[in-house]
Amino acid sequence: MEFGEIVSVLLQGAIVTIKIVAMALPLAALMAFIFGLIRLYAPAPIKQIAVLYIEFFRGTSALIQLYWIYFVLPFFGISIDAMTAGVVALGLNIGAYGTEVVRGAIQSVPKGQYEASVALNFTSTQRVWHIILPQALVNMIPPFGNLAIELVKATSLVSLITIGDLTFKAKALADMTLQVGEIFGVVLVLYFLMAQCLSLFFRYLEKRLSRGLGRGGIDQ
Amino acid sequence: MKKPIIEFKNVQKRFGDTTIFNDFSFRVEENEIVSIIGPSGSGKSTLLRILMTLEGIDGGYINVNGESLWHMPWNGAYVPASNKHLHKMRNHLGMVFQHFNLFPHMTVKRNITEAPMRVKGLSRQEAEKAADDLLELVGLADKADSYPNDLSGGQKQRVGIARALAMRPSILLLDEITSALDPELVDEVLDVIRNLAKEQSFTMLLVTHEMYFAREISDRVCFFDNGAIVEEGKPEDIFTAPKEVRTKAFLNAYLGQ
Repeated sequence: MEFGEIVSVLLQGAIVTIKIVAMALPLAALMAFIFGLIRLYAPAPIKQIAVLYIEFFRGTSALIQLYWIYFVLPFFGISIDAMTAGVVALGLNIGAYGTEVVRGAIQSVPKGQYEASVALNFTSTQRVWHIILPQALVNMIPPFGNLAIELVKATSLVSLITIGDLTFKAKALADMTLQVGEIFGVVLVLYFLMAQCLSLFFRYLEKRLSRGLGRGGIDQ
Repeated sequence: MKKPIIEFKNVQKRFGDTTIFNDFSFRVEENEIVSIIGPSGSGKSTLLRILMTLEGIDGGYINVNGESLWHMPWNGAYVPASNKHLHKMRNHLGMVFQHFNLFPHMTVKRNITEAPMRVKGLSRQEAEKAADDLLELVGLADKADSYPNDLSGGQKQRVGIARALAMRPSILLLDEITSALDPELVDEVLDVIRNLAKEQSFTMLLVTHEMYFAREISDRVCFFDNGAIVEEGKPEDIFTAPKEVRTKAFLNAYLGQ
């Protein structure tokens, strides 16, 4: 098979991978925020639900989670297509790690900020939304960037539930042509490029968000 | 005797096994300026933090402006205060912190307008007008659009004062507001407080290590040690003729007399 053809087939796979990332990443962020805030601020019984979610998705294999959602849930009457299963499994998995990022970032905002917002008589919701979160958000960006790259790499798992992503296409091509060197070389480069793009994006985000905060740090 | 605006009755406060206040009573009259001096760890800052509702109490009662701070009447009895009650009571109080605690993600002006707009419901126009006046008062009119991290320590603290004043508290709590400043920046901050004191329209409670300032500004000075007032009185009496041994020792160490 010609190199150009290989690249074009692999690019189709890469587009599927990007689609999965584009859908799973917002889901992961949403889960991270919801459960991170629950973990910190909700009453004890609800907090336990968050702990259960986090510990379950961090403590078991992402591949087995994917298999459960795609192969086992249908036995309980819940059938979802492969793409949705992949997005949900990866979103929930990365989201569980993100929860700890959200919690850590909020807790790293200096205590004096909380005290000043009490002294100024903000309500507890206003304290979180207007004082604590805007500062915590900046702390979250670098670890979120790491998680996003983890997500890109974890998408290769969906090749095992029949989705034609980059890894799936590469394996199929390799089985067919045996040109493993070229194929997996291109695959490496494509994954690397996707990760780099995310990395640059998050660095830009960090710069944008830390305006005002950045100069001299937040050690005031 | 004027009516007390702050009254501590038999207050107890513990941190774990450490007792800060055991049966502590204390009162401050309206528009009185009271300085609290004493060694660190004696409970001076805790007193202010309890008033600002940053720390709870383990026993006793505190009245602010005739109402119980940490308790509220309910079915004929007094029960621990709800968030709503604390929210109402905090309207009387404002606090300036040792480490400023300005909001680093907001400009100086927004630091001052944020609470009046969100908490008191002032319009942006009203809040900004008030902020401009306050920045004028503390001599920082030209810094309205700067971020806190671009200011010197003295400037930060003057913003801290303006921010507290913007909520129009009747009681101002000043917690070692010059302790984190370089010596040459202390005076610009104290000058702001001097001017406020002249107006005599605030009750001020200040914890300070600036003895000369305490002497100059206060109606009354309280020497604190081990969670109790060892000696209190007019500044000239406390500073020139302290009666208690512990007060003498403390002032000697501080003033090098």
